[in-house]
Amino acid sequence: MNDLDTFRADTRAWLEENCPAEMRKPMRSEDDACWGGRNFKFSCDEQKLWLERMGAKGWTAPEWPKEYGGGGLNREEAKILKSEMAAIKARSPLMSFGIWMLGPALLKYGSEEQKKHYLPPIVRGEIRWCQGYSEPGAGSDLASLQTRCEDKGDHYEITGQKIWTSYADKSDWIFCLVRTDREAPKHNGISFILFDMQSEGVSTKPITLISGRSPFCETFFDQVKVPKENLVGTLNKGWDIAKYLLTHERAMIGDSGGGGAFGGRSIGQIAVDSLGTDAQGRLADSALRADLARAEIDGWAFLLTMERMKDEAKAGQGIGARSSMLKYYGTELNKRRFELMMASKGHAALEWEGDASQDGALPRAWLRTKANSIEGGTSEVQLNIISKRILGLPAS
Amino acid sequence: MALVLNEEEQMLRDAAKGFLAEKAPVAALRKLRDADDPLGWSRSLWEEMAQMGWTGILVPEEYGGIDYGMVGAGLIAQEMGRNLTASPFISTAMMAVTALREGNEEQKQKWLPGIASGKTIIALAVDEGVKHDPAQTTLSAKAHGNGYRLNGEKSYIIDGFDADALIVAARTSGEAGDEAGISLFIVEKEAAGLSSTRTKLLDSRNYAHADFKDVDVAGDALIGTLDDGFALLERVLNVGRTGLAAEMLGASEQSFDMTMDYIKERKQFGTHVGAFQGLQHRAAHLYSEIELVKSAVLKALQMFAEAPQMAGAGAALAKAKAGEVGVLAANEAVQMHGGIGMTDEYDIGFYMKRIRAAQELLGDYAFNANRLAVLRGF
Ligand SMILES: Cc1cc2nc3c(=O)[nH]c(=O)nc-3n(C[C@H](O)[C@H](O)[C@H](O)COP(=O)(O)OP(=O)(O)OC[C@H]3O[C@@H](n4cnc5c(N)ncnc54)[C@H](O)[C@@H]3O)c2cc1C
Ligand SMILES: Cc1cc2nc3c(=O)[nH]c(=O)nc-3n(C[C@H](O)[C@H](O)[C@H](O)COP(=O)(O)OP(=O)(O)OC[C@H]3O[C@@H](n4cnc5c(N)ncnc54)[C@H](O)[C@@H]3O)c2cc1C
Repeated sequence: MNDLDTFRADTRAWLEENCPAEMRKPMRSEDDACWGGRNFKFSCDEQKLWLERMGAKGWTAPEWPKEYGGGGLNREEAKILKSEMAAIKARSPLMSFGIWMLGPALLKYGSEEQKKHYLPPIVRGEIRWCQGYSEPGAGSDLASLQTRCEDKGDHYEITGQKIWTSYADKSDWIFCLVRTDREAPKHNGISFILFDMQSEGVSTKPITLISGRSPFCETFFDQVKVPKENLVGTLNKGWDIAKYLLTHERAMIGDSGGGGAFGGRSIGQIAVDSLGTDAQGRLADSALRADLARAEIDGWAFLLTMERMKDEAKAGQGIGARSSMLKYYGTELNKRRFELMMASKGHAALEWEGDASQDGALPRAWLRTKANSIEGGTSEVQLNIISKRILGLPAS
Repeated sequence: MALVLNEEEQMLRDAAKGFLAEKAPVAALRKLRDADDPLGWSRSLWEEMAQMGWTGILVPEEYGGIDYGMVGAGLIAQEMGRNLTASPFISTAMMAVTALREGNEEQKQKWLPGIASGKTIIALAVDEGVKHDPAQTTLSAKAHGNGYRLNGEKSYIIDGFDADALIVAARTSGEAGDEAGISLFIVEKEAAGLSSTRTKLLDSRNYAHADFKDVDVAGDALIGTLDDGFALLERVLNVGRTGLAAEMLGASEQSFDMTMDYIKERKQFGTHVGAFQGLQHRAAHLYSEIELVKSAVLKALQMFAEAPQMAGAGAALAKAKAGEVGVLAANEAVQMHGGIGMTDEYDIGFYMKRIRAAQELLGDYAFNANRLAVLRGF
């Protein structure tokens, strides 16, 4: 056996022993996701145990270095872990903005102390992070943000408003873009800073979405005091960090587009469950079947593209502007898939309350997907980035 | 296996790129068309390709080939697509070789060295109707003396005109529509009762229509098992489908690159038309689609060695996606070129025509999408 075969065998054995049966059932809705953090209410003991075990091994962040709590795996090993988890249908032990977004930025731009301080609790799921980028006047044009950060000698003072801050009311800390130079051109006066959401002067107000849920907030900062060592990278150079983090965020959001549909089954099979088959064993609705096949083809080709781009990226580096392609395609695809799932379930997909529909889990999830092509930069913004950064088309 | 080319594969691709751009660019196809070349491709070019090992890329070494495997063959097909190189590469070097590799020792000795050396051309005769549908085979082969007697017709045979031999899918039992009862035979050009005519299609490539009137072949003309040839035929077709997908990928990439160059140069309304967001977003979308095709094609190529039982699914994915995106790429290319894209003098139209043919041959989008849906259980 070569090293990878050994690794696969060991991983399989470890997962078999350590992944609780309850954590191998498909998630029924987004409520089953584990986010961790100081105040997280675990849905069951198994969920907690699964997080603790995976966190202790660093496998919530398999490719991060061991010294910062990560799994220290190389790309090939990480692929094996992923496929072995998929083979037993293991749930993701932790959903985390810390892992998807902040971590990669800290690994690249953080000081040694910051990495040592912030990364291990992220891996273990002890601190939950939120993202303070968007403001009422700064959406697609993010660099026009106005939240003010002033140097008060021994600390910074932050005043302003963020909006669409996902899970701000449930998060422990925030990574935030602030304006530290009001005179400089807009991209050159932004800094990237971290602070505790329990700091005095921070308040949040949940916003209800069309799905009926309120996962995000308006977030207000009123003269919040932040220690100077919480600034990441260089003062006024936060835009570089912000963009780098966005490439990771985009790759992550795009990830939703491939497969792993609702309830872990292919959308074609979901349709068969709902609508039955004809004499040849084919989905009874032939027009819908053609649309489903198209979505499956694109879904598979997209998954392969995610894989290829990760394979092409040099170890530990991001994929740059191509993350915009993954974000754009993956989110548009995910919207298509949910439209098809709604069609497959027909009238039943419209049910909003009751046990049969788990209080409208599908239509609420369908509505949630509409945000995929907005959050993290809209589809139009991604297409602009591809045009300019990849295709080199002239500015209008 | 990582979805990237290794160093050796990159070298092969770069060599193919350089060679074809120099020796067989679109201008060469245009010349063949304008001269009304009877064959539609160049024998001397094919012999040069043989010297580089390309015609024997799938031929085992003991029969004079280099046995490089499907990834290499796909890379060559892709570069041929980029240049619209006319050659019997997919028919002979990919499909016929795949069939003959499963033939008996005598068949291999008789045919494979000739293919590897560039002397022998063999085409696959499968379709009879207006749509690709191998199970519908009706051309019949009945036991006759020590061999078989073939009767029927085959159409749209890729590179079939003037081929030294045809590998023919024939019905030996059952009825049209049955997968069982199909067998493969190799029939030589000189066989009495066989006549073929060149069919000219929009892409100016070589196709033939063949008539079989009491064509007698010996018993050893059978490739594989009697009545049980469908699985082998599918393996051959999957190789061809993936080859065509790779070719369409190359053609899509090239027409896209030409279009991007054009809209960066062309000025209207006092600016480059490439500066208009109405074109930019469509270009960015098309770029994304082509990225998906790249992944699907590479994976399909790798699967022949890595997971042969999945090669049919991989081929269906690659052929469907490459065809769909190829058509989009060609349409957008003409549209974004404006009036000049409609002219024969400009190369873009050649890409549109070749892609149209390639997406239809050996199964179009609907054909392959249906196969995948069946595999996925719906
Ligand atoms: C569910 C959800 C969660 C979110 N979570 C977070 C979070 O945690 N933290 C955070 O900071 N933000 C978050 N956001 C905010 C998100 O990043 C912004 O909504 C997004 O960047 C778009 O900004 P906007 O809403 O102001 O839209 P606008 O920028 O006002 O856009 C309106 C429309 O104009 C289009 N448009 C704008 N500029 C261009 C252009 N140059 N070319 C073509 N079209 C253009 C857009 O594509 C869009 O269709 C979240 C949003 C959603 C929906
Ligand atoms: C078959 C045929 C017959 C014709 N017959 C006649 C005729 O009888 N008489 C005559 O005078 N002309 C005729 N024309 C010319 C025709 O009107 C032009 O080709 C057409 O107006 C486009 O101009 P163009 O070819 O210069 O393309 P361009 O203007 O160079 O356009 C190139 C691309 O850029 C796009 N583009 C340009 N400006 C913008 C913008 N502002 N925003 C977004 N996209 C933009 C275009 O849509 C196109 O995709 C004919 C053309 C054809 C193909």
